[in-house]
Amino acid sequence: MSLEQFKDRNVGTQNYVKLDLEHTPTEGWCKFKQVVKRTFQPELFQGLGVTLREMINALFRNKMHTTKYPFEKLPISPRYRAVHDMLRLMESGNYRCIGCGLCEKICISDCIAMETKYDENQRKEVSEYTINFGRCIFCGYCAEVCPELAIVHGGRFENASEQRAGFSLFEDMLTPMDQLNQQQEYAGFGAISPNADENIKSTPLAY
Amino acid sequence: MDATMLPEVTAAGVIVKAVIILAVIAAIAGFGTYIERKILAFMQRRLGPTHVGPFGLLQLAADGIKLFTKEDIIPQHANKFIFAIAPVITAATAFIALAAVPVFPDFTIWEWVPFLGGVFVPSIAADINVGILFVLGMMASGLYGPLLAGMAQANKWGIIGSARTAIQFLSYEVVTGLSILAPIMIVGSLSFVDFNNYQTDGLWMVVYQPVAFILFIIAGFAETNRTPFDLLEHEAEIISGYVTEYSGMRWGLFFIGEYANMITIGIIASVVFLGGYNDFWFIPAWIMIILKIAFSFFFMLWVRASWPHVRPDQLMWLCWKVLMPLAVINILITGLVIMI
Ligand code: SF4
Ligand code: SF4
Repeated sequence: MSLEQFKDRNVGTQNYVKLDLEHTPTEGWCKFKQVVKRTFQPELFQGLGVTLREMINALFRNKMHTTKYPFEKLPISPRYRAVHDMLRLMESGNYRCIGCGLCEKICISDCIAMETKYDENQRKEVSEYTINFGRCIFCGYCAEVCPELAIVHGGRFENASEQRAGFSLFEDMLTPMDQLNQQQEYAGFGAISPNADENIKSTPLAY
Repeated sequence: MDATMLPEVTAAGVIVKAVIILAVIAAIAGFGTYIERKILAFMQRRLGPTHVGPFGLLQLAADGIKLFTKEDIIPQHANKFIFAIAPVITAATAFIALAAVPVFPDFTIWEWVPFLGGVFVPSIAADINVGILFVLGMMASGLYGPLLAGMAQANKWGIIGSARTAIQFLSYEVVTGLSILAPIMIVGSLSFVDFNNYQTDGLWMVVYQPVAFILFIIAGFAETNRTPFDLLEHEAEIISGYVTEYSGMRWGLFFIGEYANMITIGIIASVVFLGGYNDFWFIPAWIMIILKIAFSFFFMLWVRASWPHVRPDQLMWLCWKVLMPLAVINILITGLVIMI
């Protein structure tokens, strides 16, 4: 399945076909004629044919629909808002978060908790960062407000846990150092749109 | 096959036969649930049960364990005696009906088997000469199960279920009887053995009586309450109808009864209309009968996957206004042809 299907949000542009149904008969004789017609038309057998065809498709032509879920997963849209990821800078490998605290501030369910301090270079360092996923409503505001595209929504949607609240620490969400080359630029919520350059207009200076 | 040449049927033989029928049909009925799920799944391009055992075959055992260990709940205001006995009626009548049906070829137990060595086991447990009448009567009285169950359980869905049972009963029974009357007129006997022998050399009965065959199949679907006519427990409308309040093994008995009835209808259709257990071309008789029964079972599942079900009033309309006149006309024409 391609991602295009997920991205097509223009409902109504798809190919819908209107069924050409006859009127339901009201009089007795017409009803009787309909029954006779349906009895002797192969209508019912067409129905049988469809199910048999699907069975043959499924069994012999490898068109089984089932996804064996825990073992296989379908791709999800990049816009899907699942458990957060913390991204790193590609060049240096540092985490992108600058500790500005905007995500903590905007979070409407108040589930981000962070502490920052200055490190020896007087650079802001994130010393604590957790998200309480028992409270998070996956609204995506944090990803949208983040100026650095540091906090984004990942694709990890399996949130079932044995306890009511699950906390994720900064390290859990951070891209592991050895997988840095696999880090994808985030295409979803809050990301810069592909045609961002075209939308930028020069600020009018003269009045 | 000449009846006089067969060894004498003893009580021991009949008891062995009864045990075989009970064990085998109950097992097949259980296995039928697995087949049904698999076939329905394939027709909807799903996989069906896959996880318990190879290809999900042990799902059967898992279901059995589940059914046996479920709590047996009797609702507070239910009529306890009738509530308890209703599933037994369904299951028992289904198996009693099988007593007069030829299920397997007859055989003699090997001499070395202790106690039972040399006992002749007939193909029909009770070879009564009104076999068809008996089987149809037994299967019809099986509907007392749903009827009583629905009324005894003090549940509105149950009441609707049993009302629908009554409607269904009033509708299809006339068609079953009338449709099978025409073949009976041709053969001139109510015994399954005579039907079988009639088709040994000649063509299958379905060639002479196509209309009767179709009518009988339709009525058979109603009789076993399979899908186009599964009004009694249609989940989408009335939760589960007459089995709403049942749990555990009582519910399982209804199920076994239903599947046993499906097999019985398959056997009747094969013996009366589809040439019975005779050799066909080069295929031996016992394979033929299994093939026929298996196909009719498959056909019921196939129909369930394909066709929507009808409303109770549509069923009654269909049976009384369309099928019954057709059956009567069929009988008239058959009678005229026989006279000439
Ligand atoms: S997705 Fe919404 S609720 Fe969850 S952490 Fe971000 S801002 Fe808070
Ligand atoms: S908004 Fe972004 S940069 Fe600012 S603290 Fe949150 S994650 Fe870090």
